[in-house]
Amino acid sequence: MTHPVPASHDASLAHAQSFWRTWVFSTDHKTIAKQYMFTGLALALVGGFLAYVIRMQLASPGRPVPGYGAVGPGQYNAVVTLHGTIMIFWVAMPILLAGLGNFLIPLMIGARDMAFPRLNMLSYWIFFISTVILLVSFFVPGGAAAGGWTTYPPLSDRAINSGVDLGVTLWILAVALEFAAFLMGGINFIVTAINNRAPGMRLFDMPLMVWMEVAASIIFLFSVGPLIAGAVLLLLDRTANTGFYDPARGGDPLLFQHLFWFFGHPEVYVILLPGFGAVAEILPVFARKPVFGYRMIVYSTIVTGVLSFIVWAHHQFVAGIDPRLATPFSITTILISVPIGITLFAFIATLWRGSITLQTPMLFALGMIAVFLLGGVTGIHNGVPATDIYIHDTYFVVAHFHYALIPSVFFAFFAAFYYWFPKMFGRRTNEWLGQLHFWGTFVFMNVTFFSMFLLGLMGHHRRISNPHFFEALRTPEADRLQWIATIGALGLLAAQIALIANLILSLTRGVRAERNPWRANTLEWTVESPPPHGNFATLPLVRRGPYEYSAPGRSEDYLPQDAPA
Amino acid sequence: MQYARAAHIEHESTEVPTGRLGMWWFLASEIVIFGGLITIYVLFRWRHPEWGAESSHTINAAGGFNTLVLLTSSLTVVLAHKAVSEGKLGEAARLLGFTLLGGAVFLCVKVFEYTHEIREGFLPARSLFWSFYYTMTGLHALHVLGGMVAIACVLVAVRRGKIPHRVEYVGIYWHFVDVVWIFLFPLLYLTS
Repeated sequence: MTHPVPASHDASLAHAQSFWRTWVFSTDHKTIAKQYMFTGLALALVGGFLAYVIRMQLASPGRPVPGYGAVGPGQYNAVVTLHGTIMIFWVAMPILLAGLGNFLIPLMIGARDMAFPRLNMLSYWIFFISTVILLVSFFVPGGAAAGGWTTYPPLSDRAINSGVDLGVTLWILAVALEFAAFLMGGINFIVTAINNRAPGMRLFDMPLMVWMEVAASIIFLFSVGPLIAGAVLLLLDRTANTGFYDPARGGDPLLFQHLFWFFGHPEVYVILLPGFGAVAEILPVFARKPVFGYRMIVYSTIVTGVLSFIVWAHHQFVAGIDPRLATPFSITTILISVPIGITLFAFIATLWRGSITLQTPMLFALGMIAVFLLGGVTGIHNGVPATDIYIHDTYFVVAHFHYALIPSVFFAFFAAFYYWFPKMFGRRTNEWLGQLHFWGTFVFMNVTFFSMFLLGLMGHHRRISNPHFFEALRTPEADRLQWIATIGALGLLAAQIALIANLILSLTRGVRAERNPWRANTLEWTVESPPPHGNFATLPLVRRGPYEYSAPGRSEDYLPQDAPA
Repeated sequence: MQYARAAHIEHESTEVPTGRLGMWWFLASEIVIFGGLITIYVLFRWRHPEWGAESSHTINAAGGFNTLVLLTSSLTVVLAHKAVSEGKLGEAARLLGFTLLGGAVFLCVKVFEYTHEIREGFLPARSLFWSFYYTMTGLHALHVLGGMVAIACVLVAVRRGKIPHRVEYVGIYWHFVDVVWIFLFPLLYLTS
């Protein structure tokens, strides 16, 4: 028995459509990808501005920040909270997971669109509403949430504890909607990769980017549920006067920390894996060599995903958990560096004896590996209770996770941006501005965050608005480091002007890109730049894996996945 | 039986229809939400043997009756799926109607229970047990309601001869709602 295909689906492909259906309420995965990406980039400007306020306040406490005004302690808390929230949930996730995933998964596996295109559109618009709610929360009475991006109760439980009431409720609402959007998107990614691969493409013919996006989606899907349950309990504590997190009434505030980090730590890998995926695509193209240990990278990713679910309590060594719990969680934490280390070594081995060209995407990919290594290595200090008790909640931790997140989010995204820009927009980017952008970002990123390692070891606590209240931080050395970090942050933000200039210049005057400007193998390069709605004129027949570079005995040094032998 | 495919899907890599895959992954995400909530409750319950006395104020007869109602409504959804595979769309629609009726009866009984408990003074903020009781059964009731809306949409379409393959998908979802209740009923009502 065959059922007729609904007519609405016929109309959704390849036909001329109105302005609204093409650009706003589009079901085309490429348009949705751009919507996610540009929303994420716009929010990165907000998050970056908040970082500027934090740095200016810490370098000269009490002096009004140009463009913002005086920052009181309560306001400082809100600024820090929203900086973290925005950068993780409204920049990293929409850009890396939803943006790159939406654009690349169907193209790379040879599909015409996502498995559920209308669900995909719904996912973006729910995300958009969540963005509006979050931004509105800045302007409601009492201001935005100020309990930290982790929203631990009791800070988030009763208004009296953080001074903010409506702002916290809006924060929870915005994050809940955002999670709903990414669950829809994640289910779409997983199902698409399982079921919509082009004829001939086996699982182990999929590019690593697809593996990583799917692994990230699965990790997100399985880790976020308990936090959703925890958020429901928090909301009821706030609105229905229950006492789930109130010890006076039999509740337990530590419960929320467990639920938060059961999600929060896997979330690190939700963000990191798509970044790794982008780097894994770029390295072989710019080294003209197959990826080293393709299957090993896939297996390591799976092991990383599984282990990421049993490390969470390393965020709570000093929270009052049973000390006997610290050792097992410390062991799993150190253990997770093994699969991640394997992946990084595979990346470095991919470069070995390659013919490397240092164009902008490659520079950012290499920068990602270099900076992330430092972030990963300092994670070991935090994962061992003996050292963690000393550095917990100091700027050492802040420096550590910025060294881990900035390469995963920004370096990897910039690498992907310069690499896939010709495919996305049909034009080449400006190489000189790209190199300027890389060196500015790389140098100033290190200036900013390396100083924070040193400040942290001096005892600078993470969440204080005025370091001069503390004697150990009233020294000339501490002040000097604060200023170095602030100047670094200003330089880091200024370097992004090169990105914006490049974006505008390339979109308007960039050289037209041909189908395959980088001479790469994966399927997205076999279609026009930019690809039309529906992507492929006829579905490609996949004949081989994605990394056949410099195969001996061939005149060309690449061999696309669908090319006849 | 062959399934209809949307125009943008020319080729499916596995034998499993895309819609069914989507439904199972959706349920996976739901399982961890309820799984998290149930785990939290069980851990608390362990620490508080005195909750047994409070749990004895729930109405076991109403909960037992509701269990029966939900299980029966799951049976009718399975029969509806069978009717679809035999091409009897009219009968499938009628059976889905019975499932809807089951969902409605379940919710009515739940409203009766809530009213009774609130009149007796067992409000959500009374103690942690009642907070859990209202949170878990309330979240479950919302899922029952959501399932009923989905089933109603499919019922209307099936009656016009459209999207019969979705009877299976709402059926899978309805079974999930059923299974969650089978966990909630003994944990909240019977552990006194």
